[in-house]
Amino acid sequence: MTTTDLPPPGELPEIAVDPAAFRHLADAQVNVELDTGDMVLNIGPQHPATHGTLRLVVRLDGERVVSADPIIGYMHRGYEKLTEFRTYPQITTLINRIDWLSSFANEVPFIDAAEHLMAIEAPPRAQYLRTILTELSRIATFVLFLGEMGLQVGAITPAFYGFRDREYVLNLIEAVTGGRFHPNFNRIGGIKDDLPWGWISECRGVMNKVLASCDEFDDLVVGNPIFQKRTRSIGIIPQELGAAYGVSGSNLRASGVDWDLRRDGPKYLVYDELDWQVWTHPDGDSFARYWVRLQETRESARMVLQMLDQMPSGPLMAKVPRIIKVPAGEVFVNTENPLGEMGYYVISKGATGPFRTKIRSASFSNVSILPWLLRGVYVPDIVTILASLYFILGDIDR
Amino acid sequence: MGLVSSGKTPKPLQHLLNYSRKYSLWMLQWGLACCAIEMGAALAGPRYDVMRLGVIPFPASPRQADLIVISGTVTDKMAPAIKRLYEQMPDPKYVISMGSCANCGGPYWDSYSVTKGVDQIIPVDVYVPGCPPRPEAFIQGIVLLQQRIMSEDPAERWRGATREPIVVG
Repeated sequence: MTTTDLPPPGELPEIAVDPAAFRHLADAQVNVELDTGDMVLNIGPQHPATHGTLRLVVRLDGERVVSADPIIGYMHRGYEKLTEFRTYPQITTLINRIDWLSSFANEVPFIDAAEHLMAIEAPPRAQYLRTILTELSRIATFVLFLGEMGLQVGAITPAFYGFRDREYVLNLIEAVTGGRFHPNFNRIGGIKDDLPWGWISECRGVMNKVLASCDEFDDLVVGNPIFQKRTRSIGIIPQELGAAYGVSGSNLRASGVDWDLRRDGPKYLVYDELDWQVWTHPDGDSFARYWVRLQETRESARMVLQMLDQMPSGPLMAKVPRIIKVPAGEVFVNTENPLGEMGYYVISKGATGPFRTKIRSASFSNVSILPWLLRGVYVPDIVTILASLYFILGDIDR
Repeated sequence: MGLVSSGKTPKPLQHLLNYSRKYSLWMLQWGLACCAIEMGAALAGPRYDVMRLGVIPFPASPRQADLIVISGTVTDKMAPAIKRLYEQMPDPKYVISMGSCANCGGPYWDSYSVTKGVDQIIPVDVYVPGCPPRPEAFIQGIVLLQQRIMSEDPAERWRGATREPIVVG
């Protein structure tokens, strides 16, 4: 073609071309040429960010998660089968170790179930002691969370604070029960021993320390702009979906569901005699879960202070036969554990041990939402979401 | 390290090597169950602080670790992973088995899914008994292991010689 064939310059139509369109085209071409498919990232079974032996198989598209499959069972110890071969007092030793951060709280629903079947009730002072120790183990669990969550977003200092406060509370539990975190202190019909001398005043001091360190966490972590950027509007659990998945405890309350078995369930322990409130947060994100647990730690410390003031005197054990045989029957008892709703369905056939026990543990239901929750998030957010859900592997696999 | 791999190490060199190995134990954490929390208290807790003994608990990979601490219940599903990571560690390497579950199965002695002792899959140097052991017991295990490292010939250890395990307590 010669230059004479071209139309004169003035007659060419002006076309507005968006340079971005060319860039997208070039990108698409590069994507076709360099197509590698999704990358599969295997986190675990042993990884510090998974808090134990949870294994996550994550498919990544660049930095985004396409799908996440939690693979559980690395900590399965066969509790439900083992309970069939133990007597009732022996089983409390085992179920301490289901959720090892709040061992005492695990014993309560199981002992309650056995007491329901035997139609005996623990005396008031024993009920108070049980409530105090349950709340202490709740504090010991949550202060560790408050520190650990800071660690997961890159702040190391809160972890030391968390361990420091946990040691204070463990000292109290050890003084009463003799075990740092496997107390095995509940008996059917009451509790093993009374408080040691001078414990009540020491407990008051520690509770005030815990309240003060909650203020520290409030300043150091909650008020921190980096922490807020890493957790706000990340990992949002909608109310209905959370309830449908069976998420319970603080995770559900952080989604705005006003539900706490200590208040709304059938009466257990002495929560109806105390003045306390249930904390909720409307957001449902990682930050809300942190905030709710911080408030609940404060509330637990206040509850313990109340109980120390109004604890009755009296016997510690109801009248119980020497060899415990539980009459035939079935019962389901569920309680509000630090990690969520924990329940035992016990079937007895009149022997010294249960015929069958079904354990409903909180973390199993809490992590079942993970495949939905992790879809579409960025890789660093996996870690904060896992930390904010706060599960214990023993509680998942049992 | 031709000197170390053939024959006996000369005494002064042995002292120097052992002294440096003793206070730079890079430790691979294998926290499995309850004991992992007590191990965490010993590592990160301000009350115990095992790093003052020269134990550094953050190797990026088993290929950089000298010491592996198995703390908690070893299940049959987990056992192959432990064996594989232990084999990735370079010699000379040491194993601390922490807690009754890792020692012998503990309260799950009749469970169908629990490995009855990690010594069935890897050789153990120090047993720390307890359910769970206190952080002090774990630190005692570290101290005893350091004493053993100080007294042994690295050349023999290099060639894979094993010795009687230590039991804390």
